[in-house]
Amino acid sequence: MPATGDPRARLSGVTKVFDTGNRQGTVHALGPVDLDLAAGEFVTVVGPSGCGKTTLLETLAGLTSPSAGTVAFEGKPVLGKVPRGIGIVFQEDASLPWLTVWDNIAFGLRRAGLAADEIRARVDYAVSFMGLGAFAAAYPAQLSGGMRQRVCIARTLVLQPRLILLDEPFGALDQQTRLLMGDEVLRLWRETKASVLLITHAIDEAVMLADRVGILSARPGRFIELVETGWPASRSSRIVAEEAFGRLTAHIWSKLRVEAMKALGRVGEVSRAGP
Amino acid sequence: MSVRDAGERRSLRLGDAGLLLLFVVLAWQALYEAVGEVALTPPVATLANAGALLRSPVFWGHAGATASAFTASLAIGAAAGVAAGLALGFRRFSGLVAEPILTSLYTLPKVTLYPLVLLVFGLGLSAKIAFGVMHGVIPVILFTMNAVRNVDPVHLKTARALNLTALQTAATILAPAVAPEIFTGLRVGFSLTLLGVIIGEMFASQRGLGFMIINGINTHNVPTMMAVILLIVAFAVAAGTLLLVADHKLHRRR
Repeated sequence: MPATGDPRARLSGVTKVFDTGNRQGTVHALGPVDLDLAAGEFVTVVGPSGCGKTTLLETLAGLTSPSAGTVAFEGKPVLGKVPRGIGIVFQEDASLPWLTVWDNIAFGLRRAGLAADEIRARVDYAVSFMGLGAFAAAYPAQLSGGMRQRVCIARTLVLQPRLILLDEPFGALDQQTRLLMGDEVLRLWRETKASVLLITHAIDEAVMLADRVGILSARPGRFIELVETGWPASRSSRIVAEEAFGRLTAHIWSKLRVEAMKALGRVGEVSRAGP
Repeated sequence: MSVRDAGERRSLRLGDAGLLLLFVVLAWQALYEAVGEVALTPPVATLANAGALLRSPVFWGHAGATASAFTASLAIGAAAGVAAGLALGFRRFSGLVAEPILTSLYTLPKVTLYPLVLLVFGLGLSAKIAFGVMHGVIPVILFTMNAVRNVDPVHLKTARALNLTALQTAATILAPAVAPEIFTGLRVGFSLTLLGVIIGEMFASQRGLGFMIINGINTHNVPTMMAVILLIVAFAVAAGTLLLVADHKLHRRR
């Protein structure tokens, strides 16, 4: 159990420097970054390509260790392995092609050694919650990309994580499917009361989903601003029609535009064009 | 696809197979008409001779010798090939160095090395086994190595995200991920090992089906030679087809 007063997760001064292994030496990919994720909070992170978004998520997950700074989950330091209670959904399709949808979702539970009837109850629930009922016996190759990503989300969901990390989970999907998948994630978030950190390059997605949107600078990624959206917990993709949504999106784009141009290597044009 | 479509496609495929068989039999008969009894026996007579062979204990003695040499070759080739392939797949640099060497050995006609094999292993069973292994082991190594290289990195990341132990990762992620490709390697290795063993028996051997063929030529016993060839072809085609069907089943979900 987390000690009272501790946030669900905390990044303090996290920096990541990669050794490229060639003459260029090292690449400063990220940070320093500070972030507190409150219990039950939904934070999205946007940033230009190559700004270290995925590195941020993998560091928080314990999949990679920071070059400097500390990471804590429920008050305990994250060191070299993924703590129990953190669930991760990757950008790539991570469904296992040799297992059925049902067995894919049960995969983590079986490795964790849960009782068979507990596994059945949790998987059956996740299958119906994610709308995969008709496909439980199908193999991933028979499903669309969106359906496969649902399988991966369900596989994480059944482990009942208290922190869910999603790395551009809808990056490969079309716009309409993305908005609908966003609704699914919001529903899942309300249901599980977990904290969520979602990485994305889509500003509309970031604004629609989040309590707070973190804007990362061009590499090395640092938070330029953390924007409170003020949405009610009961929000859905319908808020894209609201005036506040347009205002927030415009504000974030005005901040991000400069960084995106830096990432493209067009710094000169930024200064000429002005704000 | 509907059930009817599947049925139609199946009968279409059977029809194609029947046509091919008919073509082979007709070509065989035509060749017989052209060159005569000195070189060939016609299809129907060969089938009858093969039936007679199947009832003779002499044939089963030779078939047993081939079977034991083939089984031993395949077992050694599969075990060594999978082990070497796994090692080279996981050690990326060694794999990169080994791959062109293995590919050129693969294309080398192994018969050129047979005198060497005979000098090293002596006449008899061990030379046959060694020659079978030489033929079959390289495709098993190459397919296994590529199977390991092609494991999807996100599946390994998933293993870490789910906190799997090394043993769990090997058994539940790596093994099922590489199994279909390794099976393909073993299927190719199966055919080539059979080839190697039978060629091995043709020279410097007194036992086995390869010896029966070469003995048929030496004593000008064309009917026996043709019957043995027909039986070997029937076995190779049947086994190859079964393995191919299993191979497709394994790959279908990818």
